Amino acid sequence: MTQISMTVNGKAVSADVEDRTLLVTFIREHLGLTGTHVGCETSQCGACTLHLDGQAVKSCSMLAVMAEGASVTTIEGLAPEDGRLHPVQEAFREHHGLQCGYCTPGMIMSATDMIWRYGKALNEDIIREQLEGNLCRCTGYQNIVRAIEAAAEEMTA
Amino acid sequence: MYDVSYTRAKTIPGALEVFGNGDDPKYVAGGQTLIPTMKARLAAPSELIDVSKIEDLIGICEDGDLVIIGAGTTHAAVHDNALVKARIPGLAALAGLIGDPMVRHRGTLGGSVANNDPSADYPAAVLGLNATLRTDRRDVAADDFFVDMFETDLEEDELITAIAFPVPRRCAYAKFPNPASRYAMVGVLVAELAEGDVRVAVTGAGASGVFRWTEAEGALQGRLDDAQQAASALDGLSVDGDEMLEDMHGSAEYRAHLVSVMARRAVAQLQQG
Repeated sequence: MTQISMTVNGKAVSADVEDRTLLVTFIREHLGLTGTHVGCETSQCGACTLHLDGQAVKSCSMLAVMAEGASVTTIEGLAPEDGRLHPVQEAFREHHGLQCGYCTPGMIMSATDMIWRYGKALNEDIIREQLEGNLCRCTGYQNIVRAIEAAAEEMTA
Repeated sequence: MYDVSYTRAKTIPGALEVFGNGDDPKYVAGGQTLIPTMKARLAAPSELIDVSKIEDLIGICEDGDLVIIGAGTTHAAVHDNALVKARIPGLAALAGLIGDPMVRHRGTLGGSVANNDPSADYPAAVLGLNATLRTDRRDVAADDFFVDMFETDLEEDELITAIAFPVPRRCAYAKFPNPASRYAMVGVLVAELAEGDVRVAVTGAGASGVFRWTEAEGALQGRLDDAQQAASALDGLSVDGDEMLEDMHGSAEYRAHLVSVMARRAVAQLQQG
């Protein structure tokens, strides 16, 4: 067991965990933040995507101890506290960018990350290429891409 | 995942010391291969020594005609780096083709090369660009480094610290990714080095991992400047199917064919650049 401390959604947390505990397990089972999903468990689907020190990563592919001292944002921490949705969440709602919703938290965390990185340069081709680590089995991606385009416009206005 | 203990190393000597005291230790950096492998119980080290926070392993600099990339530098950092983009744009482009954005935020140059996955992208760049691997104890030429699939010239506890890439005249990498994993079914890097030597390195295809396609190197030598000559230089050439990988994703014959196709695409990219 190792004591770990990190910041999750702006709050300091610490806990004793087995060294082999995955970050996603720590987030879901120790902190009860079940918005971060486990899909494939083989690093391909991206449902477990969250932000680690401002970068999108797959939380099923790293240990919780590796995030010692880091700042983590999950889907629960993305929206402002006043009850409004984050612009990416709002765009997914508006453009029907989800059906079953299982991949959505990961999609939104990836989308936010790519908008930060590309800003105004983001276009449909780049969005599709940048989504290669997030699998959706319902939508065919069309409305996800539209939602990200709309969110990018809003966030870079 | 089987039980494992984790230590975060702060310095290179510190990492070596923990390794020396370990029972069945393994270095880890981004963990994008090792952690999934451990989850599948295909690897079960007793100790993980995290080298990803060692400052001496991270960063990119220029030294004369070399671009030197710290082994702990992530794929995303290499892809976005202004110096790499300016001096070896084909290498920056290759880094942006590895895995997906989330994998590139964690995975590192040193980790990829030390693992020597036969389908990894970086080994093609290291071999094709005639890079030198710097470790905690010596320098190793790329030609001597890659031994067999998942096997390198590294000692058990030896740590890659940086890789020095000589700036080529030009290079390009063409990749046919597996549609699910994004690993290279076949990837071919064609480079014209500063002295004029042409090198062709192939990943994803060889049954013994990354290899140089010397026949193609000879055929392309001196023909890259003329678009027509370059386009036809590889006509009639193919790699030996007996030496190619065969698995659920493709037969050896299919891979041998893809090697020729990807080599031509890389050559065509060079003409555009």
